[in-house]
Amino acid sequence: MPTEQYHEPPGELPEDVRTFARMCTSLIEEAEAIGWYAQRLALERDEAAAAIMRDAQDEEFKHFSMDLEFLFRQTPLWRKVAERVLFQPGDITENADAAEAVFEEGGDDEEAPLTPGADGSLGIGSLKGMQR
Amino acid sequence: MNHLLRDLAPITDRGWEQLEDEARQQLVASLAARKLVDFSGPHGWQHSATNLGRTETVQTAVVEGVKPVRRRVLALVEPRVDFSVARSELDDIARGAEDADLDDLAQAARRIALAENVAVFNGWGEAGITGITAATPHKPIGLTDDLTACPRHIARAVEVLLSSGVGGPYGLALGPEVYKSVIETTEHGGYPLFDHLRKILDGPLVWAPGVDGGVVLSLRGGDFLFECGQDIAIGYDSHDGENVALYLVESFSFRVATPEAAVALPAPKASRKRR
Repeated sequence: MPTEQYHEPPGELPEDVRTFARMCTSLIEEAEAIGWYAQRLALERDEAAAAIMRDAQDEEFKHFSMDLEFLFRQTPLWRKVAERVLFQPGDITENADAAEAVFEEGGDDEEAPLTPGADGSLGIGSLKGMQR
Repeated sequence: MNHLLRDLAPITDRGWEQLEDEARQQLVASLAARKLVDFSGPHGWQHSATNLGRTETVQTAVVEGVKPVRRRVLALVEPRVDFSVARSELDDIARGAEDADLDDLAQAARRIALAENVAVFNGWGEAGITGITAATPHKPIGLTDDLTACPRHIARAVEVLLSSGVGGPYGLALGPEVYKSVIETTEHGGYPLFDHLRKILDGPLVWAPGVDGGVVLSLRGGDFLFECGQDIAIGYDSHDGENVALYLVESFSFRVATPEAAVALPAPKASRKRR
């Protein structure tokens, strides 16, 4: 089945990078679906139909959050930045400016892990959770 | 090009893909420690040491009244295993062969995985690594040849951990001999021993080359810390008309933050096999 989720030849990408790309695509699709339901709900006059759409949108909120959490777990630097922006009170752009400090603290070179496979490795990483 | 010098190797993209697939398959099966301990990284080839957050005294002060201490760090160790691939096999891969002879690579992968497991579970003195079984203060619970007693041993180990305030879930690393015996054994009524042990642990049983008998350890996190610089990669060394010389390499450190979070279950002496 054709797919446009890879920017580079899939055969040259390590398995974990392919998974990462698939989850990024999934995240985009969930966000799109949330937006689509928002538009449909704005126009729908039938209460029963609207209730079903709200229920479906609720599911998409959950799916989006799960995708995002997976990506954060794979990319600690992304998580660090997000922690300073998400669920923070105050001005969003100011919080984003404050998140820049993560890079200034050296979080992108010394402490934070590289993107999977970016070290030229086989991209094996953690296997915690495997059953055998 | 990075330090692995892969661009200098006479290997096609398809060849690299098959080498990596074979290595990955072998490694994922054998890297037992990574299935049970916390993994941090990869932090890259330039990452040289783990911060321990501790200091040691420096006896000599260069200026009177100045009291210096020196930071203690744990240097990463770099295991490397050489292997070679025949150029004729690489040519066949380029033609579309799916059954190339990559035995030397497979052996190298198993060997580097074994080194990692041994370092984590048994320790590696010269590399400054204290293994889980050496660090634990708990008395070992010896396994016996009668594996129907195994659930009692595992339950005792779990009870020891609970008594020390170490919560679960728990995992069990089993040396290959014991692992084989466990999956072959059924209890009264035909219930598989493997499933019984998993219920006691509330966690996985892991095939662990390099482990003597078994080790029960907590999977709650924060107790056993594997820090990876360079994750396992294939590098290029040299080539001639017949063979391409390659190697597997990684860099890592390991430390035990909570020695109480594991219990060793050594195999009965008679059934111990040489690694």
